Amino acid sequence: MAKDEAGALARFGVTDREIEQALGRVKVSTVDYADLYFEYCQSESVSMEEGIVKRATKSIGQGVGVRATVGEKTGFAYSDELTPKDLNIAAEAARYIADSGQSTALVPVTHRPALARNLYPHDRTNIEVATHDRVTLLNAIDAEARRYDPRIKNVMAAYNTEYKIMLVATSEGLMVGDIQPLSRLQVTCIAEENGNRQVGTFGGGGRIGLEYFQQDQRYLQFAKEAAREAILNLSAVDAPAGVMPVVLGGGWPGILLHEAIGHGLEADFNRKKTSAFSNLLGKKVASEVCTIVDDGTLPFRRGSLNVDDEGTPTSRTVLIERGILRGYITDKLNARLMGIPVTGNGRRESYQSVVLPRMTNTFMLAGESDPQDIIKSVKKGLYAVSFGGGQVDITNGKFVFSASEAYLIEDGQITKPVKGATLIGSGPEILKQVSMVGHDLKLDEGIGTCGKEGQSVPVGVGLPTIRIDEITVGGTKA
Amino acid sequence: MTRVIGEQDYSSLAQDLLARASKQGATVADVMVADGETLSVQVRMGAVDRLTKAREKRLGLRVFFGQRSASASTSDFSRDSLERFVGETCTLAQAVVEDPVSGLPDPGQYATEFPDLNIHDPTKLQTDQQIDLALRTERAAFAADSRITNSEGAECDSSSGRIILANSHGFLGQYANSSFSLSVSPIASDAAGMQRDYWYGVDRSFAKLESPEAIGKEATRRTVRKLGARKVPTCCAPVVFDPEVAGSLLSHLCSALSGYALYKGASFLIGQLGAQIAPEFVTIYDDGRMPGGLGTRPFDGEGLPTRKQAVVQRGRLTSYLLDTYSGKKLGLPSTGNASRSIGESPSAGPTNFYMVPGTTSPEDILTSVKQGLYVTDLIGFGINMVTGDYSRGASGFWIENGELAYPVEEITIAGNLKQMYANIETIGTDLVFRGRVACPTVKLAEMTIAGQ
Repeated sequence: MAKDEAGALARFGVTDREIEQALGRVKVSTVDYADLYFEYCQSESVSMEEGIVKRATKSIGQGVGVRATVGEKTGFAYSDELTPKDLNIAAEAARYIADSGQSTALVPVTHRPALARNLYPHDRTNIEVATHDRVTLLNAIDAEARRYDPRIKNVMAAYNTEYKIMLVATSEGLMVGDIQPLSRLQVTCIAEENGNRQVGTFGGGGRIGLEYFQQDQRYLQFAKEAAREAILNLSAVDAPAGVMPVVLGGGWPGILLHEAIGHGLEADFNRKKTSAFSNLLGKKVASEVCTIVDDGTLPFRRGSLNVDDEGTPTSRTVLIERGILRGYITDKLNARLMGIPVTGNGRRESYQSVVLPRMTNTFMLAGESDPQDIIKSVKKGLYAVSFGGGQVDITNGKFVFSASEAYLIEDGQITKPVKGATLIGSGPEILKQVSMVGHDLKLDEGIGTCGKEGQSVPVGVGLPTIRIDEITVGGTKA
Repeated sequence: MTRVIGEQDYSSLAQDLLARASKQGATVADVMVADGETLSVQVRMGAVDRLTKAREKRLGLRVFFGQRSASASTSDFSRDSLERFVGETCTLAQAVVEDPVSGLPDPGQYATEFPDLNIHDPTKLQTDQQIDLALRTERAAFAADSRITNSEGAECDSSSGRIILANSHGFLGQYANSSFSLSVSPIASDAAGMQRDYWYGVDRSFAKLESPEAIGKEATRRTVRKLGARKVPTCCAPVVFDPEVAGSLLSHLCSALSGYALYKGASFLIGQLGAQIAPEFVTIYDDGRMPGGLGTRPFDGEGLPTRKQAVVQRGRLTSYLLDTYSGKKLGLPSTGNASRSIGESPSAGPTNFYMVPGTTSPEDILTSVKQGLYVTDLIGFGINMVTGDYSRGASGFWIENGELAYPVEEITIAGNLKQMYANIETIGTDLVFRGRVACPTVKLAEMTIAGQ
């Protein structure tokens, strides 16, 4: 994709020589590594509520981030101006951490590989869809959700897109560019009956365009799902409190993996030995039925990338293999300091933020159990199929994630829906409690956003139906 | 009012954009410009870990074509780009549906006085000075207890910026602000494992920032006391929230009182204006004019004057948090609470939002509990704003006969926010502002605790 790289350069109005000069200025003798990250990002959002598509917003951002690393130190500066003068000011600021004098040498950028693959070929007009097409879609969603049940009182929906052009040039002489589209459609319904008001949400997307939502009228499914969840919650009973077996449905409940182990396996925390998983490489951290991977190479997925934000092609990294901790998620800095492979997980929210090791799409491989048998195996417990957000304390390993659609299991049967409740557990312990893994691996619909050090990046998760023998459920019914 | 803050005059840029929008057919428009600079220093284990320097600027434009409107933002201020930007924003506005309630606030409502609210301290810190402050904070944390064996690092940030808002009803206002912060996150370890906590100081004035030594010491005190934490059995018991987590209960109240949540039917406090939502001894203010406050500003995101108002007076809900749009939807005037990100239409949120302190010391509150939980940390997002259902991961201490008996973790606390506010039993004397939302220690009569 040399064409994209050239296109990107032209887009930023920066010449090869200016890049090589700026790199030279920042990559002084004591600097181990330096890079320039150019970004242009245009995002658009059209949203609807009360049956009116009333909000449309657009944002255009462009800039460059300049970074230098010396040992464990990182110097970083960014600018929203791309003139040679601004590039040099940023380069000087990033160089501050290196105790060495100025340099005027150039760093030749000679290695300009074409992208080995394109995981998300697209047509720009299909990503940055005309506003009236978005309006049509949102109006249809509103009608569909209200048709689902007259108790649906309000429908809120938003169609958001992002079109990002990035170009990274490194002191290793590498220059790679990529175009990263992203779309997301989100529906929220509020149902009301006799003063009882409940909410339901559904959404999806990925590095895809309008055709994805139109295919088989998927957008109407989104509307129905959000409406269904809101109506269902009208009859939800109080959630139980205490330790019990929990069956997680496939797909988005994979947020368990993201919180319980994913963050704990990011290399920065392990290099600093601040993670509950530090020193557990090669040790048993899960039951034998658990194999978990992080895979940035799945076509069109929200968490996928052709190359990460340091120009490394993304890969599939085995984190846990049959219960044994096998690997960490790395960026260049942490891989170098730890002497382990670069996995292509160096990501940043934008040119304004530093690269951190981050997840892409994190999921558990399918097992052998029949999902029905998994539910039947539980005498008294919870079946949770949809979740809101989650969070983890890396250091003590305690994580939470909150169910938004869950049911009681009584004598092997799914019975009443219960109100949302937070599940809490310990990362290095919880997967040892997984006793059954279904053959029904499902990836999520494409709505996940992960936060770390104030930076948000799109991610994916996936899970087959699994049984957790014991986890604390934080309901109100003690 | 025409006083120019900083070296570049963005007010003429704003006027220029308004003129261009009008030329393209916009009925009315408003422009917000922000610029600022940041220096952030992170140190870890006695050495610089990360240094970030930046200057940035951004402008947002909102245009109305009758009752259709759209907003856009850009960081590219070049003349050609701006011409295209105005055009695209106007096109966007004409593609959406008419919203009969939309529009700018009526003339006559706008802020006309711009008092000095002590939110800008021109102190410029040198990089080495910030490195030194961060290093001292981390050193103080290590020095305070030998069980501190590792660190997530210490951070010293300084930033300053300014906001300019102009609209085609003739409003033009600007203000500058600054922020200085210092924090550290030490890690303690023993045979049972590691624990991490955190402490921080933040102020608009550098001189008022807490000392590195005080912050480091407090961070360590909060961290080592968590060592050896365990679960407790599932039960119902009184729960005491320390000020840090009590503040989150007020943040949830702000979300529920936002006019946007209310008119959409997405708040558990719909229709409660005038109702008793908490005991008589509970009074809560929102004060946009508090000198030096982190939420202080002379005018809100629409240019209306900020003010001090009681939101809950003696337990009665006396005000929502409204901007013009959400106010109109609810048949009420704006409360001057328009909050605004550059390039977005306004939403409604708090300025400085706090609960008036009570008369019981935090120590006496703990003494009053026979068996219960003292919460110092909450994690997760288990809050349903539509119903008020609440379930979050918690850690803290188990209280036995008025004393902190042992640290606890891996438990949840659950209830319903409506009942939780009604169940407030005691308010502490310890109100300290460390953010826009502040609350003293608060004791709730009972919640469900899920553990073993």
